[in-house]
Amino acid sequence: MYVYDEFDRRILTQRVQQFRGQTQRYLAGELKDNEFLPLRLQNGLYIQRLAPMLRVNVPYGMLNSTQLRKLAHIARFYDKGYCHVSTRQNIQFNWPELAEVPDILAELAEVEMHATQSSGNCIRNITSDQFAGVAEDEVIDPRPYCEIIRQWSSFHPEFAFLPRKFKIAVTGAAASDRAATQVHDIGLQVLDDPQRGVGFKVLVGGGLGRTPVIGSVIRDFLPEAHLLSYLEAILRIYNQFGRRDNKYKARIKILVRAMGPEAFAEKVETEWQQLKDGYSTLTQAEIDRAKHFFTRPAYEDIDAAAAAAQLQAQASEQRAFARWLERNTRGHRQPGYASVVLSLKPTGVAPGDVTDRQLEIIADLADRYSFGEARTTHEQNIVLADVKQADLPALWQAAKAAGFATPNIGTLTDMICCPGGDFCSLANAKSIPVAEAIQRQYDDMDYLYDLGDIDLNISGCMNACGHHHVGHIGILGVDKKGEEFYQVQLGGRSGTDAALGRVLGPSFGRLEVPAVIQKLLDVYVENRNGDEQFVDTYQRLGLEPFKERVYAKSH
Amino acid sequence: MPNLIKNGAIVTDDWTLLDADATDIPAGKVIAPLALWQARREMLEQRDHLGVWLDTDETADQLGADAQTLSLIAVNFPGFMDGRGFTTGRLLRERYGFSGELRAVGHFMRDQLCYLKRCGFTAFHFAEPVDLDAALQSLDDFTEYYQAGTDQPLPLFRRRA
Ligand code: SF4
Repeated sequence: MYVYDEFDRRILTQRVQQFRGQTQRYLAGELKDNEFLPLRLQNGLYIQRLAPMLRVNVPYGMLNSTQLRKLAHIARFYDKGYCHVSTRQNIQFNWPELAEVPDILAELAEVEMHATQSSGNCIRNITSDQFAGVAEDEVIDPRPYCEIIRQWSSFHPEFAFLPRKFKIAVTGAAASDRAATQVHDIGLQVLDDPQRGVGFKVLVGGGLGRTPVIGSVIRDFLPEAHLLSYLEAILRIYNQFGRRDNKYKARIKILVRAMGPEAFAEKVETEWQQLKDGYSTLTQAEIDRAKHFFTRPAYEDIDAAAAAAQLQAQASEQRAFARWLERNTRGHRQPGYASVVLSLKPTGVAPGDVTDRQLEIIADLADRYSFGEARTTHEQNIVLADVKQADLPALWQAAKAAGFATPNIGTLTDMICCPGGDFCSLANAKSIPVAEAIQRQYDDMDYLYDLGDIDLNISGCMNACGHHHVGHIGILGVDKKGEEFYQVQLGGRSGTDAALGRVLGPSFGRLEVPAVIQKLLDVYVENRNGDEQFVDTYQRLGLEPFKERVYAKSH
Repeated sequence: MPNLIKNGAIVTDDWTLLDADATDIPAGKVIAPLALWQARREMLEQRDHLGVWLDTDETADQLGADAQTLSLIAVNFPGFMDGRGFTTGRLLRERYGFSGELRAVGHFMRDQLCYLKRCGFTAFHFAEPVDLDAALQSLDDFTEYYQAGTDQPLPLFRRRA
């Protein structure tokens, strides 16, 4: 994991001091609300429905146990004893006091964390694959590049007042993209080309929100040395020509669409030719420096076959353990190791919420079983990436006791859900109660397993923080004459074969939603071929049979 | 009355900023809007001191290398959320070789001074009355940076020892 040096520390300390001064000026009435707004947003602070919300960056999802304990302390001391993992891998606190936020940021800085540019019209936290560095299907570990981009984008003087927010995601496993690079303002896919070396496929103009778009490839291969100058060229074109007259048309996707991806790419190319080979060209020394923070931990030499056999034996004795193994752990490139997903989706808890005590338990588990590190995921869970298979039974017991072992990863109840109307002032409808109603309805694990992998994503408004467009089933809160309704979409995907869902038809009242889901599942179960997944059945059948069932007149 | 921050000091401005639709050009040091400069260039170039200002939607390449013939270029910020001028500043300095006074005018904020400085701005004229002594402090909100800027062409990774 990246470790700060004196430069990083100095820059972050100056930032904390800057914001402390700004907050004091605001509280003293020297800064107007509208002036303080961009300043606080660029330090992660929203004013929400009930209280401020502070969004803390978790750079590309990586956390160490010291940081987890600090987050626990902040949740306990400054907040109401819990926080929330967001769909962009960040941590959100829902109840901080405005006057205390500078202190919180100072405490975060002690453990090399910050809330810099976690909101506002600037380059946001860089997100990535939660299995970076351990996935069997990975080509190159994306994290060194994420860190290089994090540093470049932090306090970038030219791009702090963009037309709109700007999100970058990086994957090192393009063939099984877990970072949703096709629905980001910039998506980068690290490639290792036998002739050309390491580089990136560059996508631009993807995004969800009001106008969901799949990104366009504007460059098939960008050599790694040119990463920053090329990003700079894209941002510069966007900063100059992105629309600023209408905030709903200000994202880069609208510019790319208006110009056409080819014309946009050409403009970027022209700009890049001017910037290329300047001082921002990455040196091999810098790439190596970034890489040395993400080397393999001190894995033990393990007899993988023996470890697997032992695990098999334990699993056959205990069905519950076997289920957890199947759903909540996954393969690892290191023989004898596994990655574990701690589920933050038990029934009755808002998806992604985690308490102060639980954060400390995660820290302890990370220390004991996973080299002191953990990761947040965009599905709002926590990953322990480097666990010895032999430790899995003990880890399972501990996770169960702490409420993290719901064996539902990838299933219907492992849903993505934004905070919605309970917290968010932009919401059209609540989302957490919908998630809970669905979780309560589907508490039969056998049925859930039989359904297999289903991504169900819920957003409380068309800003789409719950990524409803790319859920196999997407639920969107809408407002109809002041009442909360829910629109259902089908067929979205967020991975390598990213696709946007299609609207099923007229929206439903909240209480109707679980029954609608049941009808969709019934159509699937009745029509599936073999072990075909929900979204594949949908793709084969199209929208009609689902629509017919859901909207059939009852007799 | 001192009303301008220039090269890190508070001074009295001796330039006149002409309106976007000005047609009369008074004597003395004037900052002409881009269109006026384009239309009356030959006449204006007779002057010893000439400034031109760009509005937020006017790009640096509209001046191009001619920037080097000017004593002063101002960039207008119609509001502090409009960040186009940051790019304009950098391009004037880094691409078009402008070395005179680069001035931010309009509705930018004190809290943007450090970034503006990094994008090449050396003078700041606020549209609203501001405590300039206090504002001066914001010029140095940061003294170390990750990226290249006009003030520090080497990104941190080339300077980290
Ligand atoms: S999708 Fe809408 S309701 Fe949900 S968090 Fe985002 S802005 Fe708020």
